Amino acid sequence: MSARVLVVEDEESILLSLEFLLGNAGYTVVTARDGNAALKALTPLPPDLVLLDVMLPLIDGFELCKLIRANPALRDTRIMLVTARGREAEIARGLALGADAYMTKPFSTRDLMEKVRRLLDDGAAQKNAG
Amino acid sequence: MLTGALIVVLSFAYVGLLFAIAYYGDKRADAGRSIIANPYIYTLSLAVYCTSWTFYGSVGRAATSGIGFLPIYLGPTLMAALWWYVLLKMIRISKAHRITSIADFIASRYGKSHLLGGLVTIIAVLGIVPYIALQLKAISASFSTMLQYPNVTTASTAALPVLQDNTFYIAMLLAAFTILFGTRHLDATERHEGLVAAIAFESVVKLVAFIAVGIFVTWGMFDGFADVFSKAAAAPELNALLVQGGAAGNYTTWASLTVLSMLAIILLPRQFHVAVVENVNERHLNKAIWLFPLYLFAINIFVLPIALGGLMYFPAGTVDADTFVLTLPMAEQKTWLALLAFVGGLSAATGMVIVETIALSTMVCNDLVMPILLRWKFLRLTERPDLSGLLLGIRRSAIVVVLVLGYGYFYLAGEAYALVSIGLISFTAVAQFAPAMIGGLFWKGGTRLGALCGLSAGFLVWLYSLLLPSFAKSGWLPITFLTEGIMGFDLLKPQQLFGLDGLDDISHCLFWSMIANVGCYVGFSLWRRPTANEHSQANLFVDVFRHVAPGSGSRFWRGSATVADLQTLLSRFVGPERANESFAAYTRSQGITGIEQVTANAVLVHYVESQIAGAIGSASARDMVASVVVEEPLALDEVMAIIDEASQALAYSRQLEQKSLELEAATNELRGANQRLQELDRLKDDFISTVTHELRTPLTSIRAFSEILGDNPNLDLEQRTKFLGIITRESERLTRLINQVLDLAKIESGAADWHPSEIDMREVLDDAVTALSQIFKEKRIALELQAPAQIPLVMADRDRVTQVVLNLLSNAANFCDKPDSRVTVALVTEASGLRVDIADNGIGISPSDQAVIFEKFRQVSDAAAGKPRGSGLGLAISREIIHHFGGRLWVESTPGRGSKFSFSLPVRSGHFSSIAA
Amino acid sequence: MIGPTLKGQRLVALFLFGCLLFNFPLLSLFAGSGRIWGIPLIYFYVFIAWAMIIGLMALIIEHKDP
Repeated sequence: MSARVLVVEDEESILLSLEFLLGNAGYTVVTARDGNAALKALTPLPPDLVLLDVMLPLIDGFELCKLIRANPALRDTRIMLVTARGREAEIARGLALGADAYMTKPFSTRDLMEKVRRLLDDGAAQKNAG
Repeated sequence: MLTGALIVVLSFAYVGLLFAIAYYGDKRADAGRSIIANPYIYTLSLAVYCTSWTFYGSVGRAATSGIGFLPIYLGPTLMAALWWYVLLKMIRISKAHRITSIADFIASRYGKSHLLGGLVTIIAVLGIVPYIALQLKAISASFSTMLQYPNVTTASTAALPVLQDNTFYIAMLLAAFTILFGTRHLDATERHEGLVAAIAFESVVKLVAFIAVGIFVTWGMFDGFADVFSKAAAAPELNALLVQGGAAGNYTTWASLTVLSMLAIILLPRQFHVAVVENVNERHLNKAIWLFPLYLFAINIFVLPIALGGLMYFPAGTVDADTFVLTLPMAEQKTWLALLAFVGGLSAATGMVIVETIALSTMVCNDLVMPILLRWKFLRLTERPDLSGLLLGIRRSAIVVVLVLGYGYFYLAGEAYALVSIGLISFTAVAQFAPAMIGGLFWKGGTRLGALCGLSAGFLVWLYSLLLPSFAKSGWLPITFLTEGIMGFDLLKPQQLFGLDGLDDISHCLFWSMIANVGCYVGFSLWRRPTANEHSQANLFVDVFRHVAPGSGSRFWRGSATVADLQTLLSRFVGPERANESFAAYTRSQGITGIEQVTANAVLVHYVESQIAGAIGSASARDMVASVVVEEPLALDEVMAIIDEASQALAYSRQLEQKSLELEAATNELRGANQRLQELDRLKDDFISTVTHELRTPLTSIRAFSEILGDNPNLDLEQRTKFLGIITRESERLTRLINQVLDLAKIESGAADWHPSEIDMREVLDDAVTALSQIFKEKRIALELQAPAQIPLVMADRDRVTQVVLNLLSNAANFCDKPDSRVTVALVTEASGLRVDIADNGIGISPSDQAVIFEKFRQVSDAAAGKPRGSGLGLAISREIIHHFGGRLWVESTPGRGSKFSFSLPVRSGHFSSIAA
Repeated sequence: MIGPTLKGQRLVALFLFGCLLFNFPLLSLFAGSGRIWGIPLIYFYVFIAWAMIIGLMALIIEHKDP
């Protein structure tokens, strides 16, 4: 079974590109355009990975990150922050809130896919070990 | 039978005993175990007040004026009650400033004046000389009387050639003793513990001797007090002595003598010396306040019985009443009692002479000779490495000179007066110090000029009305001086000045001299404003209890000096050994371990100055220290400003407070400016951050799809076209964004190009509606334009206004999602201009959003509906444009019902467009 | 010992009292020729007043303020 990836992104064209890239790589892609939609998409079937935009309407990426990490059912879910704000303070904050990786916009698609693959491999290894 | 030899041997033995006591006292002092550090010894040393005058003279006075001898002791008793304020203050000041004599005190009080110190010294020496003569006369008389034992006659004490006169030898012997103990070494404090011990011992001896004689007379020769008095009352010539108002003289004399003795007890140089300079601990003063009067009381109890006894015992006129204390035991053949009385009298006289000459020699040296010598540049004194020898030499000479002067007065005028009368001349002289001294203690306004004039005037009156008459009465001046006045001027008769008659000579002199003295002191003090130095000293003296005692003089000083210079200077005046000790004491007091750590600050300079002051007087010490210290005197107004605030600290803290307030204000300003800068910085950061974000978003899409297209060459055409379309759109968005940012920056910085012209707003709206009609049609939004037929022209940039309208219309289109959406554009003519309303029936804008949508990058967060968003700069730019042409842009909205954006532009009157062209 | 302490004020009052006792006109009240215990009135008065002043001084000085 292919890994499930939730993409949370309010920018239509970026969402489209991510959807294509992940789908092309064989992942099951779920999308959400704002925080509320993202929360709904997390249940009942938890994604293996969430690609999370930081600047989101309604509930921002950091808040979502916190909510995901607070939910025991989602402990195996990996989080990658995708942010247009490259500030170190924000990256640090995201990591501190429980994100596993981050990507700065604009990104290299190859780097992005490489990171996604690695995160999902680690996640799978942990899941198998656990 | 008493031989002269026995009496001489006894005298020497007694002086030898004193010597031993003094030696022992000094040894104990050096060992740090003082024998005088208690209130009893202090009180006994104060009893140096009781001299031959008391021992012999009181009886003589009582024999002529009954109770008239008593004011001399009642005055000090009363004064003792004021010691708590007066003497304590003098002690505190003297300790703080190392003052060693009354001349030093007065000179120091009035700005460390050499002239004043010298004047006080001269008055003191001249005034005290008769007093010393009195002691010599008493010793001489008692000696002569004893030599004739057991015969009792009054021996003549005068007119022997000097070298055959035993009085002269007595004077020289006293000089030798004084030199031995008073000037053994120099000490900054000018204290002589051994000497004080000897003086206290003498006070015991004279008291014991006098009381012994008194008891012998009262109970040995008579049957108690009552017997003495009743027998005297029986004798008609004595009865007058027993009632006041008879022989006791009038009340004026009584009052003047009380006042004189009140002043004398604090102003006599020897009293100042024992009470102030030799004071070990100011707490000793407490007990002395009542013990000293008790001593006076005790030594006076038997004065009247002895006087009356003598008068009844000896046939009238055969024996001088001044010698009754001695002659009564002699007449009764009580050899040992007579010898005790003789020794008692010797005690009284020697005690006075020794202390008085030491006090005077210190004054003569410090306040008269040294200032003059130091001023004589050719002596090069200031360059001599060690002046301590010279100082001791001067003092020893001064002691000899004072005693020779005393002997001289005794030789010239001694015979004309009874003991007490001579003493009163001296009392009146020292009373001249009172205005300057007491005024100086309690009145800050007293100045150097006032003190100089007061002292001089009082002194001259004393000289003219009391001292010179005493010479005249002895035949050394023509007696006409007394009876006819100077050059026959009746009003200038020295003892009836300006015709003032009916007063005794002492009261007369006291009256006139005090009028002159106080008058000049106060008058000239008020004549001119005090100098900075006077002002500073006045404050230090008058407010001594408010200042911290040690080093208090250093408050008004600033300057620089080296430690080595100061040490060298000190060793020149007190000798290297003492100087080293002083510096060691200083380092200890400062809590530092070695001399190398001493810094030459104001405290050290003041310390050294006060140490030298002990050796050469405060005025000279100041000059000396000034020679090695580069002093930066405070300007007068500076000092005044400081002192007039009553406390320097207060003034300083006030200045500080002001400064700190200013500083605080500046800090606040800076902080405010900094906050504004930080705010601006934050805004700039926010702006950049937002712009960055807005730039990155389209860039992300462009790059992502470019890479996708590159990596996936096998994509089908449809997808490929779609992705390329996205890339194109995002590139356009990017371009638009960049243009808008630049546009806004231009407008905000005022660098934008404006092309204002008279424009017809209806045309503008028509064009905009036409331009967007296709988009509205696609979105199925009805678009309606309402405009009146005739509208005024407005002055604006047509392209810019079109930009605004397009922006508002596309916003409206973006926020309309309902099936029956409609946008109405209305043009309204108002009194002040034109208004354009662009209303939609879309989702509306919440009140909180309404407040911020015109700010840069502030967008309505409604993307939940998936609406495409603008750059966030459109409204901000629109508002800037409308503002530029003097108009207004605003929004009214009800969430869920739609929004109405309006802008107005002012109209130039008279310019109208016409639809009917 | 600084300032107008109670002790100091008492002493000043005593000083003023003494000035009164030892001056005209109080003194003139005792200028007569009477005698107490054989001692002339004026002597008796002055010495008793004097002793009293000294006694009061001692009392003021030695009195320990609570």
